Amino acid sequence: MRSKKIMNIVLIGIAVMIAVMPLVIIKGSDFGGADAKAEDIVKESSPGYEPWIESFWAPPGGETESLLFALQAAFGSGVVCMVIGYYKGRRDGRRLSVSDK
Amino acid sequence: MKNLKFAVLFFLLPSNLFSMHIMEGFLPPLWAGFWWLAALPFIWLGIVSVKKIVTAKPELKPLIAMAGAFAFVLSALKIPSVTGSSSHMTGVALGTLLFGPFTMALLGFIVLLFQALLLAHGGLTTLGANTISMAVAGPMMAYSVFTLCRKSGVNDRIGIFSAAFLCDIFTYVVTSAQLALAHPAADGGAAVSLVKFLTVFAVTQIPLAVIEGLLTVVVFNILSSYAIDEMKVLGFMKLTLEEQYEK
Repeated sequence: MRSKKIMNIVLIGIAVMIAVMPLVIIKGSDFGGADAKAEDIVKESSPGYEPWIESFWAPPGGETESLLFALQAAFGSGVVCMVIGYYKGRRDGRRLSVSDK
Repeated sequence: MKNLKFAVLFFLLPSNLFSMHIMEGFLPPLWAGFWWLAALPFIWLGIVSVKKIVTAKPELKPLIAMAGAFAFVLSALKIPSVTGSSSHMTGVALGTLLFGPFTMALLGFIVLLFQALLLAHGGLTTLGANTISMAVAGPMMAYSVFTLCRKSGVNDRIGIFSAAFLCDIFTYVVTSAQLALAHPAADGGAAVSLVKFLTVFAVTQIPLAVIEGLLTVVVFNILSSYAIDEMKVLGFMKLTLEEQYEK
């Protein structure tokens, strides 16, 4: 149990380091998702290709887009943490009721 | 130092590709239709498998919700990579390892639908192709890798890590293949553009796939401490978890 906790902390630490490392070592990049530049790459392969349909709705700007992405992450981690909390509470409750007897 | 700069430059140059899912309109109608047709049976299999789990083992509902939510979180986080552009993880390996190869076809499809509708990330015409890469091919890979690791007696945590890592990478390999088939290079054809797409996609994705592998192991560690009943019901990690059952 204890060792798993330590392992998790270490694993999360490594994950954070991997994510942060590019920000430190690579200068002069905006780390764009670069979705917008997709067109160039496809055009390189098939010149003259035009996307034949557009998204019928797109967030009006970066701020709204990041709001929606933040909502998605917040909602998702809310559910993940709720379920983990539920399982932990259940286990702790059982331990309590065992020690009561 | 000079070499490092060169290396960085090399990575920076081809990096301006999409972060992930194929954007709306970037597959010609024929290909878009083809991938939709290919995806539909799997979405149906996903519905069947979720239904089966929910009716046979209703106590697993929270875990299914969690598997979907995990994919939701991970695919919302755009993480900087060594290529100087950002991409995001898939998060579909967790649910696959818990519930088998088809459950995530439905859950992944829902995540992609949400992103296509509300975020203009991916698209409705390309939804079929994206479902095949992220919600079908990736999970298949995760499932096969984990089964193989189990059979050859590899430590479960290493198996989980490898499954999630390769699941994430393979998603992008399939995406590259889909793009290459639809957009073969003028000279050299699909193989040449496949290499082009792969160089960009795969390199960007490697560190992210490592992160996804690590996080999937973390969640499994948590579940194996707290959700012991569920892990037993799923027949998961039975042997290696025996030490924990003693308490």
